[in-house]
Amino acid sequence: MQSDLPRRPGRGLARGIPAVLSVVSAFLIWEIYVRLSGISPLMLPAPSRVLDQIVLNRALLWDNTVPTLKATFAGFALSLTVAFGLSIMLDFMPCVRRALFPIFVVSQTLPLVAIAPLVVLWFGFDLTPKVLLVALVTFFPMLVALVDGYAATDPEIEDLMRSMGATRGRIFRNARFPSAMPYFFAGLRISITYAVVAAIFAEYVGARAGLGIVILNAKNSFRPDLVLAAVVISSALTLVLFAITALVQRVVLRWRDVGDTR
Amino acid sequence: MSVLDIANVSVTLGGTAVLDDISMHVAKGEFVSILGPSGAGKSTIFRLLTGAARHDSGTITCNGQPLATNRHGFSFMPQRDALMPWRRIIDNLTLGLEVQGIRRKDARAQVTPLLADFGLDGFTHHYPPQLSGGMRQRAALLRTIVQNRPVQLLDEPFGALDALTRTQMQAWFEKRWRAARWTTLLVTHDVREAVALSDRIYVLSRRPARVIAQVHVPAPRPRLGRPVSAQAHAIEAQLLEILLNQTGETP
Repeated sequence: MQSDLPRRPGRGLARGIPAVLSVVSAFLIWEIYVRLSGISPLMLPAPSRVLDQIVLNRALLWDNTVPTLKATFAGFALSLTVAFGLSIMLDFMPCVRRALFPIFVVSQTLPLVAIAPLVVLWFGFDLTPKVLLVALVTFFPMLVALVDGYAATDPEIEDLMRSMGATRGRIFRNARFPSAMPYFFAGLRISITYAVVAAIFAEYVGARAGLGIVILNAKNSFRPDLVLAAVVISSALTLVLFAITALVQRVVLRWRDVGDTR
Repeated sequence: MSVLDIANVSVTLGGTAVLDDISMHVAKGEFVSILGPSGAGKSTIFRLLTGAARHDSGTITCNGQPLATNRHGFSFMPQRDALMPWRRIIDNLTLGLEVQGIRRKDARAQVTPLLADFGLDGFTHHYPPQLSGGMRQRAALLRTIVQNRPVQLLDEPFGALDALTRTQMQAWFEKRWRAARWTTLLVTHDVREAVALSDRIYVLSRRPARVIAQVHVPAPRPRLGRPVSAQAHAIEAQLLEILLNQTGETP
């Protein structure tokens, strides 16, 4: 609607240059080292070889990326729903917060290595255990961020709304919830980086298909190049998800980007 | 008849007496100030009126009705502007009307004719951080006024501004007030501000706050933007004398 919001054309791209340079040079050093040292590809495959494997096995990788993505999205959707639902409940009922928060904290102390096989044992080799594990790993940062965000609402704004005759529900909707959004996105960025890794780990423990299974099989047949090929795909997935959250944040938190134009 | 009547109100918060037998009234169209030292409990009076705190004894009536049955007597402007940074200026201005259940479109229609007088024309779609301190304060005041409540409660509205902006804002405000004659209760610790704007001034003691003086300011308006009259000067001196020589706990 308004065109005079400050924009920074090109600067975003320019700022990305150092990161691109450092990543490219790391891979270059790796490539050069492998070629010069003559190390066996069974020990350390060169990046070029990993890329070749991705191209050669693209059908296999694609077929196994789809179940991993399904588990990630379903798990994250569940996690997001649970985090929002719980956070609202905890905000309206402080006594429930005191009762349940310790349980949530304990849930985050469980080592995934131990809990994942049990969850697979209980829920089988289908989608369910992966969804549950992804949700378990990702809901906590978002929940904490939301609860802290609600609490960080400016008390003067709440007093103001009360003076206007606003109900508790309206104060939540118009003041506490929007106040929590910057916090929520901080938590979301942490969560999203765990999501794919959690899905792959769950598959690794027991699944019919998925990137975790590709990694497991490739490891068992001494194919580090294929392991790394699957790793590249999984990293790419996480980066794409991260970029999506950054875009959504840009839209939702537009008001934070306006800066001080006095 | 008074729009607002506070009679023998006392408040104790957490075992500390904050207000001690406070009585004051505000008539329709009158500008009344509550002047007192910092931390005296001036803002507590507003918290009673907006429902954020309760009084232990005494009565408060608004348009003859007790406070408990009339929660719609006051619109409140807090010390800092308390504009929501995630709402555009126009949506901040309509907040009070939205809470009253008025549809956003109708609320905007009520606000729009007042924008020019408040110097906010052309800034409705900006976010609060894009505005200067003075503009934000004018927006906060307009958000208060459009709620169309019988009494405006202004809690040190110019206290957070730099000296120059404050002087400009006070002069602007006096002009607007002379045109509209909002029934206003102002809390301040600035003697000059109280004398420049008020019809009457209640002076509070240190905590626990009592009304230690009531001063009428008959000086002709406008009082700002010209040299301070001898009469106003004398009242300022009298108020300072009262504030400085009061008994009670030392600051």
